[in-house]
Parts: sequence; C-alpha cells; structure tokens
Amino acid sequence: MDQNPAIRVRGLQKSFQQLHVLTGVDFDVARGSVFALLGSNGAGKTTVVRILSTLLRPDDGTATVNGCDVVAQPARVRESISLTGQFAAVDEILTGRENLIMVARLRRVPDPRRVADDLLAQFGLADAGARRVATYSGGMRRRLDIAMSFIGDPPVIFLDEPTTGLDPEARLEVWKMIRDLAGGGTTILLTTQHLEEAEKLADRIAILHRGTIIASGTLAELRELLPPARVEYVETQPTLEEIFLATVGGGEAQR
Amino acid sequence: MTTHAFNDTNVMLGRSLKHVTRSVDTIITVTIMPIAFLLLFRYVFGGAIEANTDNYVNYLMPGVLLIAIASGISYTGFRLFNDMQNGIFERFHSMPITRSSVLWGHVLTSLVANAISVAVIVGVGLIIGFRTSAGVLAWLAVAGILALFTLALTWIAVLAGLSASTPDGASAFSYPIVFLPFVSSAFVPTETMPGPVRAFAENQPVTSIVDSTRALLDGQPVGSDVWLALGWCAGIGIVAYVFAVLAYRRKVR
Repeated sequence: MDQNPAIRVRGLQKSFQQLHVLTGVDFDVARGSVFALLGSNGAGKTTVVRILSTLLRPDDGTATVNGCDVVAQPARVRESISLTGQFAAVDEILTGRENLIMVARLRRVPDPRRVADDLLAQFGLADAGARRVATYSGGMRRRLDIAMSFIGDPPVIFLDEPTTGLDPEARLEVWKMIRDLAGGGTTILLTTQHLEEAEKLADRIAILHRGTIIASGTLAELRELLPPARVEYVETQPTLEEIFLATVGGGEAQR
Repeated sequence: MTTHAFNDTNVMLGRSLKHVTRSVDTIITVTIMPIAFLLLFRYVFGGAIEANTDNYVNYLMPGVLLIAIASGISYTGFRLFNDMQNGIFERFHSMPITRSSVLWGHVLTSLVANAISVAVIVGVGLIIGFRTSAGVLAWLAVAGILALFTLALTWIAVLAGLSASTPDGASAFSYPIVFLPFVSSAFVPTETMPGPVRAFAENQPVTSIVDSTRALLDGQPVGSDVWLALGWCAGIGIVAYVFAVLAYRRKVR
C-alpha cells in the first residue's frame, strides 16, 4: 500500500445523539488521484467530508490529510485543503469577481485581482464576473464555487456532491473542470450519489453504506466483487449501478 | 499571526460592509423609525410633555440615537444567522484564516453601519431644531459612549445570531432593547413615573447613558453618570462577548 497517501482514514466513528452516522470508516486516497465516495442520501458522505475538512470532530478513529492529523493539527490541514460543494456556499451579494478576490486575499495569494480575472476567463465567467452571484444560474454558481477552490493551489480538494441539482449540460461542464483539476496533480475526494459520476471521474471508488465502507477499489476490482455465477450468465460488463445495487442490497438504494 | 488576523478581519469587514451598502433598505429601515420618533415627539407629543427644557429636541436626541442603535444591531444578528445558514461559514472555517475574524468582521461592520445611521439622525435633528454647545472633546466623549453602547449590544446580537434557529429569532431579541429607552429618562423625566416604574427607569442602563450623553451635548458637567454609563456598557459588552464566544466555539466543533 501507499506509505504516504494524501488522505488516510482509519476507524472513523461519529454519532449524533442516538444516530450512528459513521460506524468505522477506513480508506486511503493516493496522491494525485480522484477518489469517489459513493452512497445514498444519509449514508454519511458529508459527515466524512466535514471531518476531513476540520469542521467536525470524529468521536473515534483517526484521519490525516496531507500528513497532518485533522484533530491535532487542524490549522495545518486547512492550509492544504479546499472545500466545495453542497454546504460550502459562495457569497450571493458579492459579484463573482469579488468572491474570488475575497478568497484570494484570505489565502494571501499575490495579486488577487489578476488571479480572479484569470479564473473568471478560465471558467467562462468573464462576462458574468461583475454581476452579483444571486443572478447566476446553478451551473455558473457551481463553476464559481469550484474556481474558488483552485485559488492557492491546495494539494487536496474536497468536492461534496459537486453536481447535485445541476442540469445535464452543467454537469458535463463540472466534470470537465474536475478532470482538468485532476490532470494538474491535485488529489480530489468527491462524494456523489450519481453512479455514473463515480464511474466517469474516479480512479478508485468506495461505497459508503450505513456508516461503513462496504466495498472499495478500482472500477475493475469492484466488478470482480460480483458473484462469478452471475458473470457467466451476463454477457455485457455490469455497470457500476448494478455493482452498487448488488453490494448495498437492492431495495434501499434509490437513485 | 497578528498581521494575518488583521488582514483576515479586514477582508471580512469589506465583505460585510458590501452587504450593508448593497441593501440600502436596511439602512433606511434602521434610520426611518428613529426619525419618525424624533418627529412624533417633537411635533405631536412634545408640546404636552413637561421636561423642564427650552429645547425638547435636545432632550430627545440621546434616546432617539439609542433606539436607532438598538434596532440597527438586529441586522448584525440577521446577517450572522444567514452566513451560518447558507454555508459561507463552513467555507471560511475550512480555510487557513484566523477564525475570530469571521465574527469581528460583523462586529466592526455594525459599528460602521450604526455610526452612519447616527450621523443621518443627528442631521435630521439639526434641521428640526437640535442645537448643541458641545465642543470637540464632548463630541468625542459622546461618540465614545455611543460606540461602546453599540459594541456591547452588537455582541448580544452576535450571541442571538449564533444561537437562533430562525431568522426572526436572530433579530427579535432587539425588540425589548428598542423598548428600554421608553422606560427611561429619554423622553420624559423619571420623576413623573409611579414608584416601581420610576425605580426601574432610574436604575436601568439607558437612563445613565441618556443623562450623560445629554449633559455632554448640552455642555453641562456630566458628573458620575458617565462612569455609570461606561460601566453598564463595558459590563454588558464583556458578558455578551464571553457568551458569544462560547456559543461560537460550540458551533465550530
């Protein structure tokens, strides 16, 4: 195994009162790879991301990001991560450009204005840069959101359900951004309930179900988890959707 | 670290001030009610009120300013609540910044926004007959008292914004504070009030703040009132600050 993974999670547990959200989560994310945490609503994906981004303390277990423990060295962790997605908002009253400048100044990047203009151009927001974010479409907002995570080149980026609520076209745009990001050597952990998304983007996939990882590996490895008997009867390769449904036990997984 | 804290607070202040300047309606709401009170007491009730003064607008002014500040700070609670709800807090907290800057940005914004509404109301007061013989030092003292009052109430607003579960809850806490000046020496002398009301009025914070501010604006000696006023503001501010920081720590892990 990788001796120095970008993210290492061991025995992670978290409960909210009586609700055991995470019951022992283990996984590694190799440097420069895209790792998808796949699960239905309520599986605990967001809880994992919140713990890894130092927003929440685990009850038990350890998690290190870029070699730093999320509980013991949260400030060091924050220096190497960026968080984007369903619960990390952009400021709607500011313009797109002001949002980018704000983050650049908080990350103490030299020349925040130029950084902002470059990112606006890169993500097709140059014309919208001077408009308030409240006027943006869902896709534009998400692109701005992801552009904000680029600032300061953090080695690890968390994308929590980056395409939830987007129309198909906007989803494809976001996928392209994620691929570009991954091509640049950034480690990406993304959570998703869209099986296709994990299949298209991720180097490795872990299926989180009822607070624990019930299967993980590359897409090819996950395919082998299906019982051989089934493979004999099915001529086409099983899709990840079938794998997912088979491993979590059919009825509970809803798309 | 200190320069980081300064930089981060500065960025947060800039952001929050844009929220204020881009919702002009909040500034209008904050100033319109105190101005209405000013006009109401000056032109409707004023003639019937026996306040032993030859210029009732001068008498009114401190209380009206306190009402303006008390209603102004409720927006701080509201803005803070919104920040927590929509997730921008989570983004800030996952970034390598000085965490206290997130609150201080809102607090400093409150000071600036309230200073603006106080200036507007004083301007209206001048038009309808407010006259002051206060010198530079007295004005500085008035500004200091009002700033301290704003700061103390703002930390209450921060506490409310952090603890509320609805946007209404995040601003409703200010209603009783807005009401306090009415049961004080702000509009009528406390001597005219019945026993228990008078006892409350004379011993609540607003009366000492109103009396000392009024004396400063009239160029009169302030006596011990000013220390009582400063003591109230500092005391309320420190208690609210401690509870606000505790509430904040609870919120962020």
